[in-house]
Amino acid sequence: MFGADTEVEQADVILLWGSNAREAHPIFFHHVLEGLANGARMYAIDPRRTSSAKFADRWLGLSVGTDIALANAMGREIIAAGLHNPDFIARSTQGFEAYAAHVESYTLGWAAEQTGVPAEAIRDMAHAYATAPKAQILWTLGITEHHNAVDNVVSLCNLALLTGHVGRWGSGLCPLRGQNNVQGGGDMGAIPNKFPGFQDVADDEVRAKFEAAYGTELNGVPGKHLTLMFEAMEAGELRACYVIGENPADSEADVEHARKLLAGLDILVVQDIFMTRTAEMADVVLPASVAWAESEGTVTSSERRVQRVRPAVPPPGQARHDIDIIGEMARRLGVDWGHPSSRELWDEMRSMSPMHAGMSWERLEASGGLQWPCGSEDDPGSEFLHGWLWADDLEGHDPAPFSITHHAPPKEELSDEFPLRLTTGRALDSYNTGVQSGGYASPIRYGDAIDVNPADAAELGVADGERVLVSSPRGSVEMDVRLQPDIPTGLTFTTFHFPELVDANVLTNDEWDPRSGTAEFKAAAIRISKLEPEPAPA
Amino acid sequence: MTDTTITETAVTITIDGQPVEVAEGSTIHAACVEAGIDTPTLCWAENLTPVNVCRVCVVELEGSRALVPSCSRPAEEGMVVQTDTPRVRHSRRMVLEFLGSGVDLSQADDLHHWIKAYGADPDRYGTDGHPVERVEEPVKVQDELYIRDYSKCVLCYKCVEACGDDAQHTFAIAVAGRGFDARISTEFDVTLPDSACVYCGNCVGVCPTGALQFKTEYDLREVGEWRPDDQTVTRTVCSYCGVGCNLDLHVQDERIVKVTSPADHSVTSGHLCIKGRFGWQYVHGE
Amino acid sequence: MAAEGAENGADGCQSGCVSFVLRGLAAEDAESGVDGCQFDDMTDIYLGADRATEPEVAAVDAALGARGVDPVVRPETERLYTSGRSRRRERRHFLLPALHALQNAAGWISPGGINYVAEVLDVPPAEAFGVATFYDLFRTEPPDHEGDTFHVCVDAACQIAGYDDLAASVRASGGHVHLGPCLGQCERAPALFVQGSGGRRDYVPADDEPFELPQAGEESLRLLRRIGVADPSSLESYLAHGGYQALRRAGEMGAEAVLEAVAASGLSGRGGAAFPTGIKWRAVAAETGRPKHVVANCDESEPGTFKDRIVMEQDPFAVIETMAIAGLATGAANGWIYIRGEYPLATARLQDAIDAARAAGLLGPDAAGTGHDFDIAIWRGAGAYICGEETALFNSLEGFRGEPRNKPPFPTTHGLFGEPTAINNPETLLNVGDIILEGPDAYRSRGTERSPGTKLLCLSGKVGRPGLYEVPFGTSLGDLLDLAGGVAGNGELQAVLMGGAAGSFVGPDSLSLPLTLEDTRAAGTTLGSGVVMAFDTSDDMTAVVVRIAEFFRNESCGQCVPCRVGAVRQHETLVQMQRRGSLSPARRTLIDEMAEVMVDASICGLGHTAASAVRSALDLGLIASAPSR
Repeated sequence: MFGADTEVEQADVILLWGSNAREAHPIFFHHVLEGLANGARMYAIDPRRTSSAKFADRWLGLSVGTDIALANAMGREIIAAGLHNPDFIARSTQGFEAYAAHVESYTLGWAAEQTGVPAEAIRDMAHAYATAPKAQILWTLGITEHHNAVDNVVSLCNLALLTGHVGRWGSGLCPLRGQNNVQGGGDMGAIPNKFPGFQDVADDEVRAKFEAAYGTELNGVPGKHLTLMFEAMEAGELRACYVIGENPADSEADVEHARKLLAGLDILVVQDIFMTRTAEMADVVLPASVAWAESEGTVTSSERRVQRVRPAVPPPGQARHDIDIIGEMARRLGVDWGHPSSRELWDEMRSMSPMHAGMSWERLEASGGLQWPCGSEDDPGSEFLHGWLWADDLEGHDPAPFSITHHAPPKEELSDEFPLRLTTGRALDSYNTGVQSGGYASPIRYGDAIDVNPADAAELGVADGERVLVSSPRGSVEMDVRLQPDIPTGLTFTTFHFPELVDANVLTNDEWDPRSGTAEFKAAAIRISKLEPEPAPA
Repeated sequence: MTDTTITETAVTITIDGQPVEVAEGSTIHAACVEAGIDTPTLCWAENLTPVNVCRVCVVELEGSRALVPSCSRPAEEGMVVQTDTPRVRHSRRMVLEFLGSGVDLSQADDLHHWIKAYGADPDRYGTDGHPVERVEEPVKVQDELYIRDYSKCVLCYKCVEACGDDAQHTFAIAVAGRGFDARISTEFDVTLPDSACVYCGNCVGVCPTGALQFKTEYDLREVGEWRPDDQTVTRTVCSYCGVGCNLDLHVQDERIVKVTSPADHSVTSGHLCIKGRFGWQYVHGE
Repeated sequence: MAAEGAENGADGCQSGCVSFVLRGLAAEDAESGVDGCQFDDMTDIYLGADRATEPEVAAVDAALGARGVDPVVRPETERLYTSGRSRRRERRHFLLPALHALQNAAGWISPGGINYVAEVLDVPPAEAFGVATFYDLFRTEPPDHEGDTFHVCVDAACQIAGYDDLAASVRASGGHVHLGPCLGQCERAPALFVQGSGGRRDYVPADDEPFELPQAGEESLRLLRRIGVADPSSLESYLAHGGYQALRRAGEMGAEAVLEAVAASGLSGRGGAAFPTGIKWRAVAAETGRPKHVVANCDESEPGTFKDRIVMEQDPFAVIETMAIAGLATGAANGWIYIRGEYPLATARLQDAIDAARAAGLLGPDAAGTGHDFDIAIWRGAGAYICGEETALFNSLEGFRGEPRNKPPFPTTHGLFGEPTAINNPETLLNVGDIILEGPDAYRSRGTERSPGTKLLCLSGKVGRPGLYEVPFGTSLGDLLDLAGGVAGNGELQAVLMGGAAGSFVGPDSLSLPLTLEDTRAAGTTLGSGVVMAFDTSDDMTAVVVRIAEFFRNESCGQCVPCRVGAVRQHETLVQMQRRGSLSPARRTLIDEMAEVMVDASICGLGHTAASAVRSALDLGLIASAPSR
């Protein structure tokens, strides 16, 4: 569902939904800016008036976790105003009637109450989106780090199906990947239910192909995603863990609990380039090389672009390439895989994954990358997906289904005890838990303060820079207050880049989406209290 | 839906007597490249909008009273262009002389060949007792990522464009003042950390004279250890977010000393963010 | 609800004048933005800690409020903000008025003041600072004096009239003196302009004196015939002296007939470049689908030039009437007057005239019953010679640094805001009124075949009666000097500066030169903007020429290398010559080599002409030898 970076330059309307791309995807945002310079109108949908939102024609500061209410109300308005695309809907989609009936109750007035955004603005955005010749919806973790992440995503997909803003150059749906190879990991089958090329492990035919190629029997039962793994640890079913390049002891929601579970394993093996907090807990640490600067290989970006990484410096000390380590591991387990090169592994993979089949190593070397699907060596790759939606026969696909989604506010409701909403995100100069980005002297790093609206701060009696106690139902941490007029009252915000300073993930909610396994990082309930001691009795 | 595909038409112009065909909308400079004619440029870059201010790329265009900047002038059917006439050579030589007479071009590596080729003599302006006015300012070292040495600045506007609407849209710097006293400056010359600067380094990436340098390079130069001939450049992909920015890692003595990005890549157009540009220290265990 | 708020900007303005004050971009926006304005400065703005003072805020609010400008970023509720590129682009051109307000309120443009303007107009502070530092009338350091600033001109006419005495007397009475370039009052040199501070208005003391036109009331006058006859502050008086007959006639003729008449008249631009007005207007008229503009280039800054000032001060209705004719002919609805900041009286008279004309239905929708909508806004420059260059003027008006644009594309297709624009100076415009009224044939009865009509000439320096004169093209230089009372001073003519600092010197042997475009060109000189400045044999021409070189050094915008550095090196070479009393052959060659690159490779006319007067002085032997005192 994800288009090329350059597509957004041609869009007429851009909905930037739950994404602060200006800071989290700065170079992608350059393409957004090009689109704006070309005359695109942009709506930013985000609880905070982020640096990205400052470029928007309109910022809609919806309440955290009310995305479905907003999307469904847009859907209702588009239908009510007759701005949907009946031809496209009839040919290329299914379930429209049910969708239309379902969203009928999502009136503008009701959505305004739920989201906190004026009805007129929702209407305006719906009309702008529906009537644009070309429109894009871009999103990131503001959509997916919720307990109902998948519902959030398909609610946006409904809008694209309603208007036909999908499957054409300049129109589409574009989730922005947060990590340099999170797409590539999926491509290569590093997800619980897929082989490389998103081929289903439960599909007997597919499995037979891989079994024949590898000469072994393969398990057809999908594995567990990260959140389920922790549940399995909790249940005592999962007793050994081999962690490669991940730092769950810092990055999991409700992190204290996660650490307890990791500590209780029979064996924890960590393969990493850093002595992370997780590595410190491990029984065995396998020092690895830096994938992008010390190793050969490929990564896949958000726009499905497969590109080469290459070694520029040798790995330090006893650090070894991931391929060597895994190969050695296999040998110790009794299988000799030899010493394949990155290229040999790539060729093997593309012989099994039709969507990568045309990406020869030479082509990857020569070009600035290729976008899958790329079925043959004369296939230039695919700048955008779902073009079949516009083919009369849908090229043999089933019509795309509308989804029924229900507004469901964050699991953790505000209360008298925890009256403020906390949401999290990235800052421009830092990255995730900070193990990589902490290494350079950024002049613009301000640390993990908690952003508070000046009016809220005045009510709490706290000043800019004041150290306060921030508490959620799971725990408390001390943080500095940063007054931030760009955040509405009732909302607070922090980054999560400095776990050694501020264990923000102590505060976040580990409610997660049963379908995606993503935890609700974006919506916790907290309170802020002053640190100063009680005045002594007179 | 109407078909909006633009059919590319070609135009033919004559350069130094030789017919050259280029796509409509191409510049004379692009046509020179097509014809294999080497043209000096300073303020032009493939990833920036031409500002045509340095005037070192001027050519003679039949029918035009003044010389025209080849970097920005679109080629039009039938144009007759001369790139090596006495007038052209004179203007190019004078521009190079003027620049050399006012600022330090010692690290403007791309210009050295042209200064020699055109016989520019930047030292002929001053005489004993009448030194010429030069731009002489102390180097601004205000953080650990960049330095700014405006005594090397030729006012090519590239950094302003990269900081502004050709890439970053931060506008931390602009041209301030007028005439010979014009300088690239933040508002009221506040330090970069106090300005809007977000340290993407895209200004440094486009600077042609070493007026803007990464601190790593500056520090090595200061101790005489900057050795471009001993450096390797390896293209790879940034390790941070999922946009897939290409990085060129400049490595000397097995250490990364500078990071740039290819200007001709559709994702970055040569521009990076602070993380991609500077967030590599951890590779060296820092 | 948004509809109410969205029109805020417009509602604050008087009816009829709003169509262009907040620029209506709507449908054409995307297209015109690409090639048009050079910059698109959208940014997620970052402001430092400095905050504006109350008087600064009040001054900016008053200046912008009077023009119906609300901030770019509009919070509609706590959860809904409207802003964005189009709102920003509709407002960027208010940067210059906002900076004027700051300067006037505080005597300088402070960091807090910049931040306030940056926030309101959503302009990056570094850009706003870059713009502020471009102009002489703006200071970006705290003033070292209380009160107003007394600008004293040091250019040629004032130089030989002894500006230092004037400066000394101002200082003696406690005034803070700023020595600067030509103030456009050369006929009453030495010139003084007082820049107000603390909210006090700018003024020119000499404006309090009664105005006298040397030729007042003479039958032969065409362009100047109302001056000294009609009351410049009265629309009734203007109407009583034939005012608005030309616009009404143009309305009856229709655009095409007006274009034909202007072309047939052979009228060419009076700013110096002498481009045929008919061709320019027809090119603008041919453009469709985008907003179009008529700009009156009233940034008269060429040293020695004051003609447009007098026309604007003494016959302001004629300027706005003929702008409306230009609007009708070209199909442009938006008129802009960009006037230099040192002309407070002209600015006030034009504003009064616009207000009166608008109230009388002579501007605005269906202006003067012509069926054509046309209105005019005034933008004040802030002290930059280069802004008289048409594309620099556009950039300045648009709120950017007044740096010229590379041409092509030309203003007729990519002018103000990147849109089709007819730009003319007041003298050129005034000619159109007569062409309409009397027809091109009668118009051509004056002047020569290739230089039809009359010419306004600014007589200054050593002449008996300095001032503004109107003569038919073809009048000889000697006759003109005689008309102005002959050579004054010691009575011995040493040289005449033709066309201003960008022009050239001619010697006493040129008195028979017919003043036409073709004859001056053939003689290697120029009429330029109509400057005729006489020097007697007691004048130190070396000092005059060194000052001209310094003028270009100071006024170069700094954008292109040939001019930025060349003007400095030229000045240095001449200073060196002045100190030594001679110029070596090698240095003389160097001057020619520098001139050649400035002419050949500079972006605009400033660089092209920066060496012109210098070289002519050398060729005539006026300098590089001891003055024949």
